[in-house]
Amino acid sequence: MTFAVLGPFGDAIDFIFERRVSQAGTVEVGGLQEMGELTLTHLELSLAATLIATLIAMPLGAWLGHIGRYQFLAISTSNIGRAVPALGLVVFFIAFLGVGFLNVCVALVLLAIPPIITNTYVGMRGVDPETVDAAKGNGLTGFQVVRQVELPLALPTIMGGIRISLVSVIATATIAPLADVDTLGRPIISPNVYGTAGQLAASIVVAIVTFAADGLFAALQRAVTPSGIKINAGGRPRGRLSFLSTKRSMPST
Amino acid sequence: MADLTHLPVLAQIGDDFFGNREGAAERCPGNNGLCPGWIADNFDQYLSPLWEHVLLSLVPLVIGFVLATTLALLAHRYRFLGPLFLAFVSALFTIPSIAFYLILLNVTGRGFTTAVIVLTAYTQVLIYRNVTTGLQEVPSEMVDVAQGMGLSRRQILFGVELPMALPTIFAGLRIAASSTVGIAGFAFFAGAGGLGAEIFADPTFRGNVVAASVLMIVLAAILELVVLAVQRAFTPWERAVSS
Repeated sequence: MTFAVLGPFGDAIDFIFERRVSQAGTVEVGGLQEMGELTLTHLELSLAATLIATLIAMPLGAWLGHIGRYQFLAISTSNIGRAVPALGLVVFFIAFLGVGFLNVCVALVLLAIPPIITNTYVGMRGVDPETVDAAKGNGLTGFQVVRQVELPLALPTIMGGIRISLVSVIATATIAPLADVDTLGRPIISPNVYGTAGQLAASIVVAIVTFAADGLFAALQRAVTPSGIKINAGGRPRGRLSFLSTKRSMPST
Repeated sequence: MADLTHLPVLAQIGDDFFGNREGAAERCPGNNGLCPGWIADNFDQYLSPLWEHVLLSLVPLVIGFVLATTLALLAHRYRFLGPLFLAFVSALFTIPSIAFYLILLNVTGRGFTTAVIVLTAYTQVLIYRNVTTGLQEVPSEMVDVAQGMGLSRRQILFGVELPMALPTIFAGLRIAASSTVGIAGFAFFAGAGGLGAEIFADPTFRGNVVAASVLMIVLAAILELVVLAVQRAFTPWERAVSS
């Protein structure tokens, strides 16, 4: 299979499908199997980090949003999170804690937490206060209000936060090979083994994986949107924090 | 520690890179490679990457602001363009940065230009969305009054709508500023240097990682403050209200 017409891109596509001798001529690199393994590790690492971050950040953001206090804290976490460079954070963890899956995972969890906290908070505060009052009037306890009213209504916004985190974690997991975790970043970090074709090939695969994950999450976000909100979607948001429409306000790295 | 001497990205960055840092970690005995003395003595080697980083942040911000505002104004005038533009700038934002640098590298070549294109692309969604939100949030009564006073469309835009939207626009610019500093940390993948190159040049030497990362955080904070200062200069009426 050759895609010579496409120049470096054709060579990169070749690299994805067929094994070839490495730059130094000592090993064979590339091919569907190796790219598949790298992609699998990449996804494993990214999903683990995003899942852990969600388990930590969602309850915290939901609690803060429910009691409606510490707004400054909930909002500024993502501001601070944005100012901390992803590269610095990951390398910092490797330099101080050492290499390995767990260490790089912890760094990625820290990266993923802020958008989820902020979006959960904003989503909870965005619930129409009258709806909450009606739920309380019906005799629901605080916990029931959170679980049955606020969380379901805030879910699309929360999913938006998880989506931002997942996308930025997948992007940042590219530098995980610095911690000896062989993600798709391996050919990118080591082009003396994989060649520039491998570097470009891995970049293309990372981009495809990111768009696939983003698209999947967008669909999921639509699926969890309560039908009542969908009908209202045209009108102005009626919540308490409508000015903070942070559906997607965090950068990937 | 991982053996990182094989990292070839270094070779691409330039030979003078390793020269002054060979064995630096060994010369720095305190705290497992984190000693303020070393950072103080070698601070000047971070100055030119810092300056590269400043340029890598400022240039995309300025270009990105002009571009995104133009798009937003077009979408404001021709409503049907709005969803198209939003989908486009959101898609740009989703591309992973390292992949974006490396892919574009094969199209536009190594160096500053490629990095600026990538970084400008990332500012688009942040600024565009805030400009459109800001314009939408202008109370329709105010626009009605302006129309009733006989103002033209252009006068309403520049005299009423844009000034009212400025705080939201500047908020977007602040977000764009700090995120650009962060993403510029990977600009060395496009051969454009910056502080990220310093981190990558010796990622196991703690003093180096801390020095370069802290400089990036400080730069992000300063840029946000600069945007805030510009905002105050451009919206004197906001100050009058708050004081």
